[in-house]
Amino acid sequence: MEPQNLPTRKHGLTAIDGALALIVILLIVQMWLLTATLESYLAGYREVVLPAAIVSGILFIICAVLYLFVHRIDADARETSSKHVAEISE
Amino acid sequence: MKLFRRASKEPLWKDEFSINRADEQYVNRRQFTKFLVLTSLGMFVGNTWILVRSCFSKTPVYPEKNICRAQDVPVGGVWLFRYPSEKDACILIRPDEETYVAYSQKCTHLSCAVYYAPTKNRLECPCHEGYFSVKDGRVLQGPPPRPLPRVVLERRGDDLVAVRMEIQKES
Repeated sequence: MEPQNLPTRKHGLTAIDGALALIVILLIVQMWLLTATLESYLAGYREVVLPAAIVSGILFIICAVLYLFVHRIDADARETSSKHVAEISE
Repeated sequence: MKLFRRASKEPLWKDEFSINRADEQYVNRRQFTKFLVLTSLGMFVGNTWILVRSCFSKTPVYPEKNICRAQDVPVGGVWLFRYPSEKDACILIRPDEETYVAYSQKCTHLSCAVYYAPTKNRLECPCHEGYFSVKDGRVLQGPPPRPLPRVVLERRGDDLVAVRMEIQKES
């Protein structure tokens, strides 16, 4: 079996794609939040600025955690495939 | 269990530019994810920057400005003026004999100039049909997200004087 067709790798790719989709959604929300906050701030409404910064920070933390998740899956899958390649070559 | 570990024991450049085609799919996705997370960090920094600006910005000081004489504005009529700077168009309305109200003329939606519709006694934005109350500037209908900023007036003898702007809370 080719390394790219290993079940671990396929599952890994699916998980990464899912995490990637989630990050994209969170990023769109963050972009909207930034533009809405800027618009409100320039219009003189300052009370929204602090909650918006907090929410944006939380969204960034979630994105960072998802990145760590992607990194871990990547590490696991590549480790598995390199073991598999080593076994075949033996 | 380490939270963050390298994808392999290979040198870093081999991790990022894999010669293995199967690994390439992972590398691409991981790098794209990293790019998105850095963009997310940029958004957070932007929001934090606004917060910092907001903390250190001073409360605006408004000058007093003589607008017109009270009898210059007929009942149901308007008087256009600029306040607090020459770039800020405002509208003074006299809906009845004793009432004078003034607002910024910029619609809070997309900054089109609002005008007074005396028959319906409301301020109307012609661009997207946003309507504002003459009484307090609140949004009656349409896409504007906030009330019109109000110009606080004082009557000094026959003169109407603008003393400050008042940002109104959303109703």
